[in-house]
Amino acid sequence: MLLIDCPHCGPRAQSEFAYDRTLDAVVALAMPSAEAMTTLYARANPRGWSDELWHHRFGCRAWLVVRRHTATHAIESVTGYAP
Amino acid sequence: MSRYSALALLRGALTGQKHWDRAWRDPEPKKSYDVIVIGGGGHGLSTAYYLAKVHGIRNVAVLEKGWIGGGNTGRNTTIVRSNYRQPALHNFFDFALGLWEGMSDELNFNVMFSPRGAMFLGHSDSDMTSLAQRGDALRCSGIDAELLTRAQVEKLVPLLDMSPAARFPIHGGMIQRRGGTARHDAVAWGYARAADALGIDVIQNCEVTGLAIAGGRVAGVETTRGGIGAGRVGICVAGNSGPVAALAGIKLPIEAQTLQAFVTEPVKPMIDTVIMSQSLHCYISQSDKGGIVLGGDPDQFPSYAQRGLPNRLEKAAAEAIALVPALSRLRMVRCWSGTTDMSFDGSPIISALPVDGLYLNGGWCYGGFKATPGSGFAYAQLLATGAPHPLAAPFGLDRFAQGATVDEAGVGPMPQLR
Repeated sequence: MLLIDCPHCGPRAQSEFAYDRTLDAVVALAMPSAEAMTTLYARANPRGWSDELWHHRFGCRAWLVVRRHTATHAIESVTGYAP
Repeated sequence: MSRYSALALLRGALTGQKHWDRAWRDPEPKKSYDVIVIGGGGHGLSTAYYLAKVHGIRNVAVLEKGWIGGGNTGRNTTIVRSNYRQPALHNFFDFALGLWEGMSDELNFNVMFSPRGAMFLGHSDSDMTSLAQRGDALRCSGIDAELLTRAQVEKLVPLLDMSPAARFPIHGGMIQRRGGTARHDAVAWGYARAADALGIDVIQNCEVTGLAIAGGRVAGVETTRGGIGAGRVGICVAGNSGPVAALAGIKLPIEAQTLQAFVTEPVKPMIDTVIMSQSLHCYISQSDKGGIVLGGDPDQFPSYAQRGLPNRLEKAAAEAIALVPALSRLRMVRCWSGTTDMSFDGSPIISALPVDGLYLNGGWCYGGFKATPGSGFAYAQLLATGAPHPLAAPFGLDRFAQGATVDEAGVGPMPQLR
């Protein structure tokens, strides 16, 4: 299990959080449709460090950026997300 | 290759069984091949087998970074069925099921395919409605599906908790009697042996580290055992499609996630069908060795760890015990995890890629094992002719841009919600 250090609530069990998508896959409302398609569907899917958008769904409900290693599950940083 | 038969076994009894050859050679990579298949799992090996068998292309290498049977082929719950609701899916998987039925004979290798029936449980009126809809869709395509009443389910699996206080009430079910299980690593071994006998080089401990691309066309691969030239290259590494496609600078609508399964100590026969609940995501079957094989949800975030979360195991175990209370006394002896290629509509991708001569077979989500023979058959056709097999045509990479996704669960481009 991951222990995710929410900047608002402190260290909490991963079961309180929900993964949403990688940070490079956030589609801006103003994007042209071709760019939105690429952003949504073309994923780097890295084996290694990845910046991800997580939701503290069963906690403070804040959106967070978690920098995480996809093979070791190490978490380098958790910061608030400001679109 | 010495052929496996009862007669050969009897003859060997007189000579101490010393006449058996190794199941497949251990060749050094050649300078170049007509086709290289990256990935020596069941799908890659069956692709190579059908390239030789159906299309007569025998100058083929299968490159495996580890050993045969060590990847996802040996990390699933071994369930084989074709009862999807979407026609594109059930027609494809039923073609695969047809190949499963003749596989042991065709490969001269006992893959222990056991059509013991694959049954979905319905826990509510709405479950029963959706099972009936699915069954109707299947029967319209000529695929067997039988809606079961609560009494029929109870007769089939008397150990299910049918009491009024059951945590998950059982209203009925739907069974595909041709579905069942198979010995998973035997499938990889059987295809490796049969492909090898047709002249295909199965090369283990050979990881692809780069793709040689010249003028928009693939020319070969770089590996841990040197460069190898190729006319066509087929990626067939579900679980690692992202990193391998990245060698060609291609991004795919796929995310890697962990899916776990676990098995109890072996016991006498107690469950002789496959029990599945898609409302709960709980899968229960008994292996031929006697262990109860259990599977549950994926971890729902990207991971290549091949190591899953304990709360997923706990959920699957809790559901299995609620459904079949007799399981509560059994000890779990092993659990394992595979890395699944979660595609963005839940369906596989068997497609040409934007580099000439480079192809992809991946995105199998958690349903790849049952597709093994069909996947190889269709992919071999794509690699041999450049045109997709008709049953695999709906699974092109361009379907996302065209809005022609094949989304069984109907949840959109959110792989973590499947």
